[in-house]
Amino acid sequence: MGVTPKLGNLGVVTSTVEEAINWARTGATWPLLFGLACCAIEYMSSQAGTYDLSRFGMELNRASPRQADLMIVAGRVTRKMAPVVRQLYDQMADPKWVISMGDCASCGGVYNNYAVVQGVDEIIPVDVYVAGCPPRPEQLMHGILTLHEKIRGERISDWAS
Amino acid sequence: MNIPESLDPVDAIKVNLPDALQDVVEFRGETTLVVASKDIPEVIRFLRDTPGLSYNFLSDISAVDYYPEYTRPGRFGVSYHIYSMLYNHRLRVKTYVEEDDTVVPSITSLWPAANWFEREIFDMMGIEFEGHPNLRRILMPTDWNGHPHRRDYPLGYETIQFSFNVDEILKHKPFAED
Repeated sequence: MGVTPKLGNLGVVTSTVEEAINWARTGATWPLLFGLACCAIEYMSSQAGTYDLSRFGMELNRASPRQADLMIVAGRVTRKMAPVVRQLYDQMADPKWVISMGDCASCGGVYNNYAVVQGVDEIIPVDVYVAGCPPRPEQLMHGILTLHEKIRGERISDWAS
Repeated sequence: MNIPESLDPVDAIKVNLPDALQDVVEFRGETTLVVASKDIPEVIRFLRDTPGLSYNFLSDISAVDYYPEYTRPGRFGVSYHIYSMLYNHRLRVKTYVEEDDTVVPSITSLWPAANWFEREIFDMMGIEFEGHPNLRRILMPTDWNGHPHRRDYPLGYETIQFSFNVDEILKHKPFAED
């Protein structure tokens, strides 16, 4: 974590602003509540009691993009749906991250045809790709932990740009 | 309740609408009446409203593109699958449409349920239904070009990435900006 308790009985910890903010962001990345296809079933299952994404600071899925930090694109994105997904992404407040969950969202998967976007990274920037068809909840959780690592490594000097 | 005797649809059409019937196809116990596209509303209304036939339920409307085989009367076939709830009979009424004149009269005035079926066929096949109250695309985005279920429509297939060609593909793949 990088938060070093000072010796003695002062009740004070020292850190950097960067680390403190990254720690806070890691502990409360609330996802946007939406699913596009069968991957959403696994996503719901990860949210439910057995796997319990709350353990990773995702207490609840916000149904409003204004209140969400993380977009989990769970399912294939059709060309008709693409403008909607992009608009949801644009409506999310910074800082925001995107996990592309499953093969279809990552590269089109088996739907290699005119109707499906061949990878959601053609319309929104993606931070973490989770492979699988559909990925098991463990794989999604691994993707989320990978995203946490990425968030912890963010630099304050990059935020201004 | 007095239920009229069940009639044979082929005989009834032959007697009452002799000019409309072009062909009758029997295949595995399924009957298909082939009629000209201009006669579709008349024939279907007759099959629906005549006592003894009362094909009162429109199961489906479907369309086929026979491209590139030109062995049939037209490039496209439009099938109306109707069902008689009273007699438990099914019937298919079919019409062929030429490539340069893809217009069929709408039957939305007979069944409101035909509305979305016809919109779907218009969207996917590009067959226009004359008299339809709201002939817009129903599945594809409104600004879509072409009709995807036509057999000469490109699949939109993209090259699959393998380790030997991934660099070449990623060079041309569009990536979104933040």
